[in-house]
This record gives sequence, C-alpha cells and structure tokens, in this order.
Amino acid sequence: MTDVSLDPTQRAYWTSDQDVRWCPGCGDYGILAAMQFLYAELAEDPATEVTKENTVFVSGIGCAARFPYYMDTYGMHSIHGRAPAIATGLAVARPDLDIWVVGGDGDMLSIGGNHLMHALRRNVNLKILLFNNQIYGLTKGQYSPTSEVGKVTKSTPMGSIDAPFNPLSVAIGAGASFVARTHDLDRKHMMATFKAAHAHKGASLIEIYQNCNVFNDGAFDAINKRAARAEMMIDLVDGEPIIFGAEDQRGVMMVDGVAKIVEVADVGLDAIAVHDAKNPNSAVAFTIAQLANDRQSPTPFGVFRQVESPEYAEAVNNQLLAANEQQGPGDLAALLHSGATWDVA
Amino acid sequence: MGPRLRLGGIAHGPALFSRHIFGNKGDQVTDTADRLEAQGIHAVVIRFAGDSGDGMQLTGDRFTSASALAGNDLVTLPEFPAEIRAPQGTLAGVSAFQVHISDHDIHTPGDEPDVLIAMNPAALMSELGRLKSGGTIILNTDAFDERNLEKCGYEADPRTNGTLDDYIVHEVPMTKLTLEAVTDLDVKKRDAERSKNFFALGLICWMYTRPLEPTIDWVEEKFAKNQTVVDANVLALKAGHAFGETTEMFADQFEIHSAPQDTGTYTNITGNVATAWGMIAAGQQAKLPIFLGSYPITPASDILHELARHKNFGVRTFQAEDEIAAVGSALGAAFGGALAFTTTSGPGVALKGETIGLATSMELPMVIIDVQRGGPSTGLPTKTEASDLMMALYGRHGESPTPVIAAYSPSNCFDMAIEACRIALKFRTPVILLTDGYLANGSEPWKLPDPATLPDISVEFATEPNSTDANGNPTFEPFKRDEILARPWAVPGTPGLEHRVGGLEKADGSGNVSYDPENHGLMTDLRQAKIDGIAEDIPLAEVDSVDGAKLCLVGWGSTWGSIVAATQRMRESGVPVDRVHLTHLNPLPPNLGDILQSYEHVVVPELNKGQLIKILRAEYLVDAQGVNKVKGLPFTAGEIIDAIQTMTGVQA
Ligand SMILES: Cc1ncc(C[n+]2csc(CCOP(=O)(O)OP(=O)(O)O)c2C)c(N)n1
Ligand code: SF4
Ligand SMILES: [Mg+2]
Repeated sequence: MTDVSLDPTQRAYWTSDQDVRWCPGCGDYGILAAMQFLYAELAEDPATEVTKENTVFVSGIGCAARFPYYMDTYGMHSIHGRAPAIATGLAVARPDLDIWVVGGDGDMLSIGGNHLMHALRRNVNLKILLFNNQIYGLTKGQYSPTSEVGKVTKSTPMGSIDAPFNPLSVAIGAGASFVARTHDLDRKHMMATFKAAHAHKGASLIEIYQNCNVFNDGAFDAINKRAARAEMMIDLVDGEPIIFGAEDQRGVMMVDGVAKIVEVADVGLDAIAVHDAKNPNSAVAFTIAQLANDRQSPTPFGVFRQVESPEYAEAVNNQLLAANEQQGPGDLAALLHSGATWDVA
Repeated sequence: MGPRLRLGGIAHGPALFSRHIFGNKGDQVTDTADRLEAQGIHAVVIRFAGDSGDGMQLTGDRFTSASALAGNDLVTLPEFPAEIRAPQGTLAGVSAFQVHISDHDIHTPGDEPDVLIAMNPAALMSELGRLKSGGTIILNTDAFDERNLEKCGYEADPRTNGTLDDYIVHEVPMTKLTLEAVTDLDVKKRDAERSKNFFALGLICWMYTRPLEPTIDWVEEKFAKNQTVVDANVLALKAGHAFGETTEMFADQFEIHSAPQDTGTYTNITGNVATAWGMIAAGQQAKLPIFLGSYPITPASDILHELARHKNFGVRTFQAEDEIAAVGSALGAAFGGALAFTTTSGPGVALKGETIGLATSMELPMVIIDVQRGGPSTGLPTKTEASDLMMALYGRHGESPTPVIAAYSPSNCFDMAIEACRIALKFRTPVILLTDGYLANGSEPWKLPDPATLPDISVEFATEPNSTDANGNPTFEPFKRDEILARPWAVPGTPGLEHRVGGLEKADGSGNVSYDPENHGLMTDLRQAKIDGIAEDIPLAEVDSVDGAKLCLVGWGSTWGSIVAATQRMRESGVPVDRVHLTHLNPLPPNLGDILQSYEHVVVPELNKGQLIKILRAEYLVDAQGVNKVKGLPFTAGEIIDAIQTMTGVQA
C-alpha cells in the first residue's frame, strides 16, 4: 500500500492530522477540500514550486479562521480581525513564502476592516479568502456587516438597521489588484479562482459565499442552488461578453457608466459589455460588483479585476538592496561613529 | 596652577553642589587684558527658551554638541509644547532646552538653571520661576513690545518694574543685530529674523568658550541646498560671538574644562537614537534581520525615523495603519524568523495588549518598546512620565506573564535594547522595554562600545524533528520545551517542521488545540515558570552603598540621574544613604528581597503615583515609602532630598 501522505499530488498530503470541527453540513468543508485539492493539483506542475514548508495560512478568529489547523502547512490562528496585518509582517519579512489569509465576514470587515483595506491598498503578496456567510457563526448568530437590512438575530430582535457592505466594492475601492467571487458549492470554480489568485502577484481578495447551515442557512439558496444557478449566476469570463441565463438570453450592458442587466434580444449582442478584468480603470469592476447588492439579483462570479501593480514586500526589499548599494553593507562600528565624536586619551 | 575664577558680569549665584563652582562674586576682575582670559568653572546649567518658532531646540542641541566635543560631561532636558504651531508669543508656545555641562561626572539636567536665554516675554514669564536666584538672564529685548507683553499677560514691562531685580539681566537687541549682520545678503526681513537663534548661540558660545567651527560645519551641511540660509545663519552666529567679545556688557568668558572620562571615543547620544542603534546592534549580534512595525507617536517616532535610515543593515521598517497592525506585523515577522520590534508610547501599548498576549501564548520572541509619556489618554504627549509600569506588567488579559525591563539613561537605552532582545530570543517571549520622553530626547556623552565586546545573542532555529509518534516516525512538537522551558522556534520554510500555532490553549508538547482543564493549568504554570526562571539569567541587583546607611533609595528608569545626584549630595552632607537601581522589573533580581529587608527605610522615588512601590510591598512585605511626582518633568535632586527629610526625618 502506498502512503498517499507522501505524495504531494494527493489531497492527503496537504491534510493535517487534526479533526475538522465545523458543524456537519457547514460550507467551510467544501472550501477546505477545494484548497487541499488545489495544492495537490499545483504540485503536479513543478513550475508552481509549491511545498508544504513554504506555504502558510494565517487566520483571525471565527469559524472560518479555524482553517489553518486543517492544512498540513505552516499556519497561525491569530486574533480577531488582525490576520491581514500579521500576514503583512510575515510577507515583508519573508517574501519567499506563499501566504494565504483566511477569515469570516465579521473578522475581515468589522473588527479587521481597517487591516483588510490597508493590505489591499499596499498590494502585499497575500491571497485573502473572505468566507462570507453573512453572519457571526462562532459567536452563535449575531448579524454581521454583510447581513441584509432587517436581519433578525439575537442581537437584533427587531431587525438590523445598518446597510451591509458589498465586500467586493470595498476591495475595489481600496485599490485591490485582484478581486474575485466564488461559492462553496462549486469546487471546480473555487479551485480555478484560488489558482488564479495563487498565480497573481500582489494582494488578492476572494469573497466566498459560504453557507452557515446553523445560523444563516440558505442565505445564498436563491443564487447558487443548482436550480437557480443558470438564471442567477453571472459567470465573468475575461474577454467574453457578460451573458447569462439558461439560453444566454440576458447580459450586462454599460449604460452611462453603470452596469445594467438587459435582455440580449433587446439590445443585440454587440451592446453587451465584454468583461475586461485587466481594465486599469476600476470603475467598471466596481459597477459590476454593485450588481450583487442584494441576494435576489443575478450575481456575478469569477475574477472581477486582475491588474498588475507593484507588490509591496518586493518594493520593501528593493529599498533594502538600494540602501545596501548606496550606503554599503551595514557596519556597526561605522554607525556608532557616525555622529560627532571626540577622543579622550 | 588651577583655573582662577572671576565672576564679573555673569553671576552664578549660590552653588548648587558645594563643588559646583569655586570662587564667588568677590573675585571681581577689572583688568581688561585679564578679562579676556577664560575663567574656569566646573559646571553650568543653561536654559534656552523662546517661542516654538524661534528654534530653541536647535540652539540648545548645537550648544550641546559643541560642549560634547569640548569633552564636557552633560545632561540635557528638551521641553517643547504639544502643539506644533501654538499661537506665536503665547505661554503655550514656549519651547525650552536645558543643558547641564560640567567638567565632572553629572547625572541630571540640573535642578535650577544658572543662565536663562529668553527670546520673548512669554519665555521669560514661563521660565523665570525655575532660574536660580541671582542667576543670569539674557533677553532678546527686541521682542519685548507691548503686543508680546500682552500676549503672555504681563501687565507691566518686567524689565523695568522690578521683577528682575534679583537677577543679572542683559538686554540684547538680538533681532536688530541679526538684521544688521545680514544686510549684505539678499534676504527678506522676515527670513533674516529667523537667524536670531544663531545670534544667541554665538553669544553663548563666546561666553562658554565654545568654538564656532562645529556649528558652522553643521549649518553648511544641514542647509547645503540653500546657500543664503547658510550665510545668514553663519553671519548671525559670528555676530553673536563678536557681540560677546566686544561689548562691555559681558565682562567674562567661562571655560568648562573637559570632564575626566575613561579613555575612548565618545559621542553625544539621545535615548531614542541609542535605542535604535541598540536594535541594530541586536540584529547583528543575533545574526537576524530586523523588522520594526510602528505607528507614529510622540515621543517614540524618532526610533522609527532613525531605523528607517539604516536599511543597509537589513532593517525592514513598516509604518502600519495603526498600533494593532504595527505589533501584529511584528508578530508575523517574528513567526517568519525576524528579530521583531514594535515601538510606541502608552496609548499605543494599550492598543497592542491583545497581540502581546497572543505572542505570550504562542511563545514567539518580540520586543515592545514603550517610550512613556504623561497620561492618561493623550495626557502630556511631549512630557515625560513613568506611569506605564503597571500596564507593562499587567496590562493584558488572562495569566500572561511578560518580562519587563527599563533603561535608566539615554546611552543605557542601547544596552537595554540588546538585553530586551537577548531575553526575547532566548526565552521565546515578548519583552517590554520601558524608556520615557526624558531619556528619549535627552542626551549625554557616551563612550562608544567596541562592537566586538557586545554579547552574542544568537539562537538556533529548529531544523529537525524533536519527537516520534506512536509508530516511531519522527515528528515535530512545537511546544516541547528545553531546560529553560523555551520552546523550539521553527520558521516557515523548514521542511518537516510544519505546524500550526495560535491563541487557543495548546496541549503541552504537541501544541495541538486542547480544552483539557489539567493541561490548561499546566500550561499556565509552565508559561509562568519560564518567565520566573529568567531571574536566574539576569544580573543581581547591585547596591551603591556606604558605611552606616540605614536608608536605601530604590529607583527604576530615568530617575537614575536624580537619585544618584541626591545620594551624592546627602552623603556629602554627612548622611549615609544607599541606593539600588532596577533595570529588570519582571522578573526582579533574586537578591532584591534580602537587600530591601536590611534597611530601616526604603524610599522609592517614581515619576508616577507609586507603581513599583506596590510591587515591592507585595513581593517583599517591605514598608517602603514613595516619593512621587507627576508633572511631566523629571525629579530634581533637591526634591528627592526634601521628600526624604520630610518622610523619614533623616536630615541632609
Ligand atoms: C477581540 C475579540 N472580540 C470579539 C471576539 C468574539 N468573536 C469571535 S469570532 C466573532 C465573529 C465571527 O464572525 P465571522 O468573522 O463572520 O466568522 P464566522 O464565525 O462567521 O466564520 C466574534 C465577534 C473575539 N474573539 N475577539
Ligand atoms: S456555526 Fe455556521 S459557520 Fe460555524 S461551523 Fe457551524 S455551520 Fe459553519
Ligand atoms: Mg461570518
């Protein structure tokens, strides 16, 4: 019998020996499996150079944040909201590492909103997975910054009042260079999305619609249940017209700079917007992200935006190299003598 | 022949220390030829004060540098307003710089200035109370117009209404003389006036026989991009110097000879720069790259600024979005194998608490530097205080023991930065280093250490499995401890040692998440025992003792200078007093209890309401008494002596 835990192209190789402790039926299981399968797949291509020892998962606190325990790589389960900041330090100190950040909607957008925003604008080489279940799972079901208005929870018995964040609008607004959405029911789509992020240099933000079957069951049923998908999921394919529907009968058209859903028959295929993830102007990606402002509307999935921009850790390290060139390698004795000195004989 | 002292135009009043100066007012000089011969004095305290726009910090700093180069011992006390642009001419806008220079070993910036340079009425009003009676005042008399007098609330002109009767006053039209000095330059009047601080500096340099060259060199380098500014400042400087030399107003020049110092090379250093250099040295001695995560805050920002200049030492500085990200990024870097720091002041430490607790729980090395300032809340951002001790010791949730050490002088910040790293690396723990605003901005001459004599603080990363599983296969247990209870530091990139750490309780050894009650008790005890064990690894407390002392002064941090001066003065007046100064506050040196128990009186001066004293009482059941000051200023030696006399009846 061969030991599959010794073969990097096997899922088991990337799976830690810890028992997974999410509730049975939780969407997090599917996301974990997608990641483990992805690494098995990446390992088949030597050019990816993936290794256990060079891979790190950093998470905050929440159900989602348990993720690192289940990957047989390096990992840190840190504190609530701070994973993007901690991972930034790690990435700057160790640009050689392959670093993922994992957190929930509360972790990333409430307590950690500030850090998320700054990791994105700095374009640190981090792949950030935002498990959006539109609820606080770990603390047993309070509403979150992505919950819909009117959400009744233990902390909002009369319904929540505050308007939710659209996580992708936040990310695009913060200048993220890679922005994507996927969902927990489609392993292939998750793997493809994670893989694209893995290949991207800079910060990537991937929102994953994730079902919390205990505290917010069916939050995305209207969109990603098999029967609903054709009419409710808009698949963004770079270079292709943005069309969807069982007969590809609907599409997205830009009207005065705003993305609108139209019937293809009404406007003609030529009027339908062609998806351009590399568009340097983020306004288009922003307006497409706005299509998902409620869970009853057709919702785009895939890579919204993927642009090249200078990566932060590399820039930091380039400054070190430049300083070394300009000032010479650090010499402690010379540093100590760099001010005005005098001798006492 | 010893130097002769003749005091003419400048009076130095009653001596502060008995040996402060020799001679007295009786030694008047009349002979003009003689007059130009510099008079030897032992020490002087000069206070430069003006509007924050007047450049007094720079003036003080330059005078200090010139004095340092002359080989004097010195201690400085810069004091500036919290507002960058307080309304001009108001009390709120007064910025002052005090320097104590001496031909012998000194430890404080001086209790009372001998000389006050006041660039405007507000400076005079705010600073006059500190001046020694009979002291010397040099006024920029041009600034004493009605508007300026009114702005700071003088109802009558202090120059003429008797306010200054007890002092020797020199009125110098500095603005006018500066303008005259630069008439040949093509500068606007407003710009030209700005050089008046260099006029004042030139004058003081003349009085204390400081050469102008170091200042001129500095001006040329500093303002290299603007030749007109160089010229204006140099002309003003020279004009001030010439004014001293040629006017009858200043009868005398004073010379303070170099202080007897150990042989070696010296530089003048502030606490913040010493801290930054200590961090760099620690990186070299640990053979690790340095990472600093920081968010700007007074009075700590200069450490970030200084480190950012030295990237060629492999230093990565990261200005984070807030203090939580600053400490978080440092912890991430530590996980990656860097020598990680975060620098801040009290408000920042309050924000960092949760992350420091995570570092304590994950047992990763990291150094948190708290440059303390007046609190609570925003408090007195530019003033000194030592009121974060309790926060450093206990300011985290749960049982989270954390080593705390404190620097006692500007140059000692260098050594303590290295010591903080040594403990952090060896024991795999966050360490808090306390300095304060007074140390941070104050300066003193520092005999440069030979890098070859610095301690080797390098540690080994784990590279091999340290255990075997049930089937005999090699495994890695991240929480399997060594003999000092430190756990292995295995950094990402090391094959075979992949592991997960976090803030959840970890099973002893394996580090897997554990909710077992017994294990939690055990891990809590182990974490405590590890930190307690550091006591065996630090220097014993040393007593500076004399025969027959029944009283011991116990200090920590920047009160060192004032306590040493108070101790010396009491001994000189015949009262035997001992003293102990603590650098390690958690854990405390193991011999401290026995030391304290051997005295009739234990007195603890602190720039807070009594924080160390609570620890000493709790740990050692000693009936210690506190001397406390919370005014944003360091102690004067006199304050400590007075308090001892009142409390204990021990007479000096
Ligand atoms: C400083 C701090 N505040 C609050 C908490 C409690 N807490 C833990 S997880 C969480 C929210 C979890 O929601 P989310 O981030 O959406 O993750 P999920 O559990 O839904 O995956 C909260 C409020 C904490 N652990 N730390
Ligand atoms: S509470 Fe919800 S999110 Fe958390 S593990 Fe259970 S199902 Fe998943
Ligand atoms: Mg959630």
